[in-house]
Amino acid sequence: MPYIPHTEQDKQAMLAALKIQSTDALFSEIPETLRLKGELKEIPEALSEAAMLRLMEERSEQDKAGLCFIGAGAYEHNIPSVIWDIVGRGEYLTAYTPYQAEASQGTLQTIYEYQSMMANLMRLDLSNASMYDGASALAEAVLMATRSKQKKTVLIPQTLSPFYRQTIQTITHPYSLNLVEVPFSMQTGRIELADLKAYEGQEIAALVLPQPNFFGVLENIDALTDWAHEQKALLIAAVNPLATALLKAPGTWGKDGADIAVGDGQPLGSPLSSGGPYFGFMCCKKDYMRQLPGRIVGRTVDTEGKTGFVLTLQAREQHIRRAKATSNICSNQALMATAATIYMSLLGPEGMQRTASLCHDNAKKLCESLSKIKGVEKIFSAPFFHEFVLKLSQPVAIVLAKLAEAGIQGGYDLSGAYPTLGNALLVCATETKTDNDLNRYSEALQQILRG
Amino acid sequence: MTIPLIFDVSHSGCKTTSLVEQTKTDVSDIKDFLRQDKPLLPEVSELEVVRHFTRLSQQNFSVDTHFYPLGSCTMKYNSRAIHKAASLPGFLNRHPFALDNFSQGIMACLYELQNYLANITGMQAVSLTPMAGAQGEFAGVAMIRAYHESRGDKERSEIIVPDAAHGTNPASAMMANYAVREIPTLADGDVDLEALKAAVGPKTAAIMLTNPSTLGVFERRIEEIAKIVHNVGGLLYYDGANLNAILGKARPGDMGFDVIHLNLHKTFGTPHGGGGPGSGPVAVGKTLLPFLPIPIIDKKGDRYVSLTEKDRPQSIGRLSAFLGNVGIMLRAYAYIRLLGRQGLPRVAEYATLNANYLMKVLVDAGFTVPYPTRRASHEFIVSLKKELQECGTSAKDFGKRLLDYGFHAPTTYFPVLVAECLLIEPTETESKQEIDAFAEVMIKILAEAKSDPNKVKTAPHTMPVKRLDDVKAARELDIVWKKK
Repeated sequence: MPYIPHTEQDKQAMLAALKIQSTDALFSEIPETLRLKGELKEIPEALSEAAMLRLMEERSEQDKAGLCFIGAGAYEHNIPSVIWDIVGRGEYLTAYTPYQAEASQGTLQTIYEYQSMMANLMRLDLSNASMYDGASALAEAVLMATRSKQKKTVLIPQTLSPFYRQTIQTITHPYSLNLVEVPFSMQTGRIELADLKAYEGQEIAALVLPQPNFFGVLENIDALTDWAHEQKALLIAAVNPLATALLKAPGTWGKDGADIAVGDGQPLGSPLSSGGPYFGFMCCKKDYMRQLPGRIVGRTVDTEGKTGFVLTLQAREQHIRRAKATSNICSNQALMATAATIYMSLLGPEGMQRTASLCHDNAKKLCESLSKIKGVEKIFSAPFFHEFVLKLSQPVAIVLAKLAEAGIQGGYDLSGAYPTLGNALLVCATETKTDNDLNRYSEALQQILRG
Repeated sequence: MTIPLIFDVSHSGCKTTSLVEQTKTDVSDIKDFLRQDKPLLPEVSELEVVRHFTRLSQQNFSVDTHFYPLGSCTMKYNSRAIHKAASLPGFLNRHPFALDNFSQGIMACLYELQNYLANITGMQAVSLTPMAGAQGEFAGVAMIRAYHESRGDKERSEIIVPDAAHGTNPASAMMANYAVREIPTLADGDVDLEALKAAVGPKTAAIMLTNPSTLGVFERRIEEIAKIVHNVGGLLYYDGANLNAILGKARPGDMGFDVIHLNLHKTFGTPHGGGGPGSGPVAVGKTLLPFLPIPIIDKKGDRYVSLTEKDRPQSIGRLSAFLGNVGIMLRAYAYIRLLGRQGLPRVAEYATLNANYLMKVLVDAGFTVPYPTRRASHEFIVSLKKELQECGTSAKDFGKRLLDYGFHAPTTYFPVLVAECLLIEPTETESKQEIDAFAEVMIKILAEAKSDPNKVKTAPHTMPVKRLDDVKAARELDIVWKKK
């Protein structure tokens, strides 16, 4: 019996203590009509550990694809060996939420260090202990802003990931917010200040601003942040945390800085894993502390004055406030945040900046060589971080399928989400790519478009 | 032992050069966008990092190191095999937007998992995408809202929640912009049907229930509850946090529930990670089928495909950027394959046997249980109200003292309607010997409470820190390290 340690003797002794004949008696309070007769037909017979692993190996081998140049919100990065060796330790992996502080100092101090690193990276006053992912964190930030401002309009650029926009729709739908999509410049690939004029004078709770945006393009953050503040709206930054090591931190945008910064922490040590688990992060200015969802760890002292850590500000949370909580979030993505804490500790400020620079450098090199190919055109003029958009002379789906045959995952097809861009392909190159990898991509694409 | 913060170990200029290519890079083209400051992150060697976080981990209690009878959390053994299966390179390296041709292996696992969970819950269909129990709850309540809206039924503004419910239930109802109406529980632990009848009406959108309830007993009149709520046009939501007790024994779908979320990180043996990641799939009956959140994995001929809003126009939509916590789903899938058809009901049998046996031993030793005539489910409550009155020792004190004896504390002060309660859930993976040892320690602490109450009241004595000052933590907030 997998993972059940009882011997027949143990079982009999326990049944005898309960004065019952069999475990059936334990279910006597379930009405007869509801008791399951027969088996769970859909569930197969048990496999041994070896047979299960063999099945899973076969399934995972089946999905082996080529060199990955896809980004669109999930990025392949080098993950130092240390991270998952440490995070995989049973003491991190198999602990619960740290409710018993004295027996959970490891997790609590790790989260305190995580909060400190994220807040310092974003240059904001505070950070919570993590959210589910970047998209749901942004949806919570939108709710937080509308609560704080008591206004219902939120400006959402179309340069924000379409998947993030859909998630905001789903999560805020019950509150009937006025989510206004702001179009981007077809020339630069970003939001232009002049285009925001149309929204001036409206009762705006917040402007969401991605950096880099979904196209990889760098937004004009300083001017847009100041514009939002002139409208008395909050500025919610949606950023890539690895890029933030190199780029201006949200807390320093414009004259007063972003008010809330969120994003997906995946680039900080989480493997691609088909989209999850990753983690969302959320940082803000101290003015919005009471509106912050999720767990927060604080440093305090014990009865002898020794430093220790506890969950704090719990009066915002569901287990205390129930229907008046700032969110229903309970479990978060603590283990992935632990991985990020170790990632940031290992790389340090310089390692993270170098990694971000290498990403940018590789993307730039790739963009240059690909845009020289006949039938390929770079469509946006504004600078980018580690992703860029190309317009192809052939339908993207066909090109991607051919690239896959050549062992290359060529990028993300934008023609579904952005039909006005035509045959547009979003390509990403990170620090994992060598010059040889980049050459392989351009040679393959050249052949496909020539043929 | 206090471990210094990693920032205090930091020495400026220290770096781990083997981790990043040292080739020259050029960022001059984006110079206007660059940050001018060096981010305030630690500068430490690789060995310092390894030592720091290894030492920190050693300050945790965990399932791997300690019996962890935390009620409502199902801290069962997390199999290493399922961890290994989900960590295969093919799974870890797959991009969420890999082409369908390179996704058939993983989609096969997810498609089968959807079917298994539908079968286990007695529901029609499953979406795996919610990332934790609370997101599953939100998805469920959002589907209920979408259902009423689709019928033009706009008057329904209330969700009924028993007072024993987990805090996420009312909070999830609030996230879906519903008012919460609490109904009381009777002295025997079942829902007060008269109060329910009085509460339901044209405003009722749904009731949210956990069964067995958080009081550790099976709601015996569940069919009647279903009838009362359905008769006024409301729906039934099942909080599947407590599925361990009925796995393969009874199914929420058969009880009349319209929607359920499951916590894969509880019943299906995936690790809790110090607070996540979890996974909270939702299962629905026929009524809510069109509203399931996307993406959903489907099979067309012999090919697996991912359904989107185009295939499911009435879907409540997307809850995250990609597919949800796929790594956790793979673990749950592997767990079900290991236990198989016969293994799943055994989980319920032994989880329930362990809980009832431990309850019996404790009752015989003089502990008070609030529902003495009831069978325990996979968990049960002990109330220490008498001990608080007689010895001045509270449930919190008992919990802290248990730590000294090498046992994690049960859940304390939840559910809120039982005074000074410990909610104890041993799970099926603990042996009789471990449970006996825990009971012995409980009895020892009970004796200490009488002979030396101060020892219990000032516990723990052997942890890295003594009792911590929560009030100071909240008043003199220190949540981010700052450079002195």
